[in-house]
Amino acid sequence: MGIMFWNEEIETLDRKSLEKLQLEKLQASLTAASQTPFYRKVFEDTGVDIDSIRSIEHLQDLPLTTKNDLRLSYPDGMVAVDRKEIVRMHASSGTTGKSTVIFYSRRDIEDWADLVARCMVATGTTPDDVFQNMMGYGLFTGGLGLHYGAERLGCLVIPSSTGNTMKQIQLMQDFGTTVVHITPSYSLHLVEVIRENDIDPHDLSLKKAYIGAEPHSEATRKKIEDQYGIDAYNSYGLSEMNGPGVSFECTEKQGMHIWEDFYIVEVIDPHTGEVLPDGDEGELVLTHINREAMPIIRYRTRDLTRIIPDSCPCGRTHRRIERIKGRTDDMFIISGVNVFPSQIESVLMNVPEVGNNYQIVLDREENLDRLHIKVELYSKMFHGDLKELNRLKETIAEKIRSTVIVNPRVELLEPGSLPPSTGKAVRVIDNREL
Amino acid sequence: MPHQVSVFAENKPGKIEHITEVLSNRGINIRAITISDSGDYGIIKLLLDQPQEGCDSLTESGFTATLKDIIAVKIKDRPGGLHEIASILTKHNINVEDAYGFMVKSHEEAVFVFQVENIKKAEKLLKSEGFTLLNDKELYLL
Repeated sequence: MGIMFWNEEIETLDRKSLEKLQLEKLQASLTAASQTPFYRKVFEDTGVDIDSIRSIEHLQDLPLTTKNDLRLSYPDGMVAVDRKEIVRMHASSGTTGKSTVIFYSRRDIEDWADLVARCMVATGTTPDDVFQNMMGYGLFTGGLGLHYGAERLGCLVIPSSTGNTMKQIQLMQDFGTTVVHITPSYSLHLVEVIRENDIDPHDLSLKKAYIGAEPHSEATRKKIEDQYGIDAYNSYGLSEMNGPGVSFECTEKQGMHIWEDFYIVEVIDPHTGEVLPDGDEGELVLTHINREAMPIIRYRTRDLTRIIPDSCPCGRTHRRIERIKGRTDDMFIISGVNVFPSQIESVLMNVPEVGNNYQIVLDREENLDRLHIKVELYSKMFHGDLKELNRLKETIAEKIRSTVIVNPRVELLEPGSLPPSTGKAVRVIDNREL
Repeated sequence: MPHQVSVFAENKPGKIEHITEVLSNRGINIRAITISDSGDYGIIKLLLDQPQEGCDSLTESGFTATLKDIIAVKIKDRPGGLHEIASILTKHNINVEDAYGFMVKSHEEAVFVFQVENIKKAEKLLKSEGFTLLNDKELYLL
């Protein structure tokens, strides 16, 4: 008999008490936020009196926080505690080279681990499970986030990180891995390699996969489930709100519970900023009401979803959000890495041999994401030398790789071969089937 | 010093057809052509009787083309003809980066066309060794 809840009292708290708890935590978070240089200025400029926030609805009176705000507050303009209280930072790529950094106090790290443990238990995972974490460890939150949560729960954790597929398979076999954390694209690749090695994926001890860090469809989930003979659960998170563990599916697999004692959920019209009623599709806006080191108020996630207002048969009272439908900006995700076209553009436009036109093409080859960059050569910089062109290609690839951490394939094109950049040029072509 | 026209071209059907059409319309003659291919793209090198006009007309037609200095040296069309030059270049540690040859008069005369890093040095050396170097005009008159 598995365990049903990690924190039954909180997870099944009646809505009224949950909202009361939210308000208390919101008020505390606003007080903490008002100590930070960024929010002190925001509250002053907009004339917001945080003491007047006496209901969750009053939150709508506060301005939204964007990724750009985070960038402008780099490195510590949103930090609410003393430097000595901070024990960890994570960072995600920024649009113009500068990262956005998130800080965590010791309590924040512990609370995050608790939240992730809550997610894992909601899918039926227990301390008896062997958890292999095939997500990147490092500045990216995907690896360490689940790692701490799985340890908190008491699983045997295999911190295998990304890549090295043969080693991954060996670890799965030797230690009887029952749960993996993986990107959907890597999962589709891994199963191919398993089969190539004459192993039937159904013969592995694997029972479930947590798939996240990339948008994917219900069809992809079904495919992964069939290929391995397992249950696959959708995971949602973003570093600004800790990382993974923000929202997770339970065994019902009908939308992701969002932990409302940690986050206040709003869905807004991305054009007007108006808050939409439950059930309407729009942009997800989250307020972190449980972080000491870095409270973030009304953060625009740019992710499109809707709130599922109905109660869930699993008994959790925290509402669910639907699978992420897309983005309200031009960010794309490749091999689990967030990339803005502007990052690639700024690299290209600093290479004198590159003309004005470029195109970013995303493909999936043998289940792995491929980033193709097509660039037009600037004719005046052509010196008739093939070696020079090959060197240029390598230089561009290396610069892009060091900026977005994805290895691109660069193609050099004759000027005029791409659609002109005037008007609405399509810069990103996504050929992948998500 | 003679020149060749180097044209950047994506590896697609119809490229040579288009280039030769432009040159033909201008009455420009091609003495030699080579293609260096690098997968998606390559460089088409043309030895033309009017290199500047050829390069301009290709650029006007939307091609990415440039004039490149080369060395063109007359050699004997008989066994060992090219070896004579190669030995001298080797002796002076000059690396040939890109080269082709064509025959002018069967069993008598041929031309070896090549690129090196330091063209001036190679020219001086070959002249002092008694070789005949050709300029654009002379190449055309062959």
